[in-house]
Amino acid sequence: MALRQRETLIFEKSVAGKVGLDLPRLDVPAAADTRPAHLKRSGFDALPEVSEVDVIRHFTRLSKWNYGVDDGLYPLGSCTMKHNPRLNEKTAALPGFADSHPMTPAEHVQGNLALMHTLQTWLGEITGLPAVTLHPSAGASGELTGVMLIRAYHLSKGAQRRIILIPDSGHGTNPATAAMAGYEVVELPSQTDGTISFEDVTDPTTGKVRKGLAALIREHGTEIAGAMITNPNTLGIFEYRIKEIADLLHGVGALLYMDGANMNALIGVARPGDFGVDVMHLNLHKTFSTPHGGGGPGSGPVACTKALEPFLPRPVVVREEAKRGEGEVPAYTYRLDWDRPQSIGKVHTFFGNFAMLVRALTYCLSHGGDGLKTATLRAIVNANYIRKQLTGTFHLQYETPTLHEVVFDDAFQAKNDVHTLDIAKRLLDYGFHPPTIYFPLIVHGAIMIEPTESEPKEELDVFIDTMKQIAREAAETPDLLHQAPTLTPLRRLDETTAARKPVLRWTKQA
Amino acid sequence: MYPADCKYAKNHEFVKPLGDGTALVGISQYAQEALGDVVFVQLPEVGASFAAGDEFGTVESVKTVSECYMPTAGEVLEVNSELEAHPEFVNEDPYTKGWMVKIKLTGALNPELLDAAAYEAHVASEAH
Repeated sequence: MALRQRETLIFEKSVAGKVGLDLPRLDVPAAADTRPAHLKRSGFDALPEVSEVDVIRHFTRLSKWNYGVDDGLYPLGSCTMKHNPRLNEKTAALPGFADSHPMTPAEHVQGNLALMHTLQTWLGEITGLPAVTLHPSAGASGELTGVMLIRAYHLSKGAQRRIILIPDSGHGTNPATAAMAGYEVVELPSQTDGTISFEDVTDPTTGKVRKGLAALIREHGTEIAGAMITNPNTLGIFEYRIKEIADLLHGVGALLYMDGANMNALIGVARPGDFGVDVMHLNLHKTFSTPHGGGGPGSGPVACTKALEPFLPRPVVVREEAKRGEGEVPAYTYRLDWDRPQSIGKVHTFFGNFAMLVRALTYCLSHGGDGLKTATLRAIVNANYIRKQLTGTFHLQYETPTLHEVVFDDAFQAKNDVHTLDIAKRLLDYGFHPPTIYFPLIVHGAIMIEPTESEPKEELDVFIDTMKQIAREAAETPDLLHQAPTLTPLRRLDETTAARKPVLRWTKQA
Repeated sequence: MYPADCKYAKNHEFVKPLGDGTALVGISQYAQEALGDVVFVQLPEVGASFAAGDEFGTVESVKTVSECYMPTAGEVLEVNSELEAHPEFVNEDPYTKGWMVKIKLTGALNPELLDAAAYEAHVASEAH
């Protein structure tokens, strides 16, 4: 930790006339400025005037305040903050990948196309869904792509369906996606074991009846375009009736979208295509070890059934067997197929975030099928080790077995007026990134922990001891938690003002 | 904390009849405390009609997003547009400055609503 605890904005470091680069004097006559007025930026003269030393020191100081997966456990639930293997960086930096231009003719970048095709094949095999697009930028972009595929599919059959079913435990991006794609969202209630309820559910407080899956399908039938389901769900619980759910949906011609956020619990063990999923996205920046935030960008490929394939974003990388003489080893050529008349169009410039595809395929090939499965099993063991060790110290709303993550809550600590936010802030004092908090919404004061397979037992033990220590503090010295964090460069931030009156850009003081 | 001129739903919304067939609707003191600092309130269109128990809006606080349910049937006459710039009114004074919608009551008040004393007992039984 740098000793300097405050750092001004780069704009505030600006000194008029200061430069970081000494440009040679203009030795030709200056050209007349012929730019049309509408192309000129006006009212902006705020680029900071700083030297190279200023810039380097500023960003180096900020970087020292950062906390990432390279620093320690990062148990952000549903985010799968796993280690980013250095081998990924080595392959992504190979000049053939790093220096190629997306507009290079296909015949000059056969290796790049082969890489994309190979990754498509791996992702198709992993998901059990053979048609894959690598274009979407990240999770929500993949969701929108997937739901647009569902929409295009129904429209191609002449049906304008209007409803998407989404469980109350779902990620907020699910209803946002459905709404953006023009659908009405109908909520599926959870039952007492945390999974989707087929039966109607009566709210114990208000007595209000919420219709279950069976009733909703009876009532809305062919008005339902599909359902968006996360499996395992955001509680880490496997939707064990997923095949029945898929069959019910298919019975009325609706499709099943799976949010692949929690795919780290399934790879090599279960394939969504085998339990009835029609289309899903994968987060390469979660499950496939590419950098997550900061060093990103993300990548959210979508995999689907053959029935949805004609609607995939274009172009699609296809492989063709090169013509060879008899008895010769077959060779393949790759090309970009633009001839997709039913395509939903483009969802990203060029072919997606290509460097992430290189990293993801490196992850697949360096693990192999057996290695990917072992990673899944270790992720599940790690989460269940934490669950077992902390049960009794923190309250667990759902007793149902969980896979790769576990959701506790603050019910025990709330008796001493210590709440989830206080616990999360206290973890900062102990040098851990906090878990996901206050999500999923169906758990009051949720503390959602996902350690991933990257964590050694020793790190898990330190985290578990820390959580137990915090629980003791909550009982004995609750004020310590109310004041936390005390050891960070900044104390508790004013999130309320930040949300109510956000200042999203710096403006020059008059 | 729970004014006597309001009736309360078990879901923590209040309805305050104004005596002319109209009423103000918002969330109770207990609800605003449980939510924490409110940062955004989404309200329905004027003219929208709701049955008792229908979702009519959402409240977003620094820690969660929560739906608001209509405590009694009515048609929206007015929404509190002040909340757009001042969501903190819901925290500061939920019953007067922080009301959310003004409705024209449809029929009699929902008979399942609680009076202030019964609501206070309900809140006590729900608290951890």
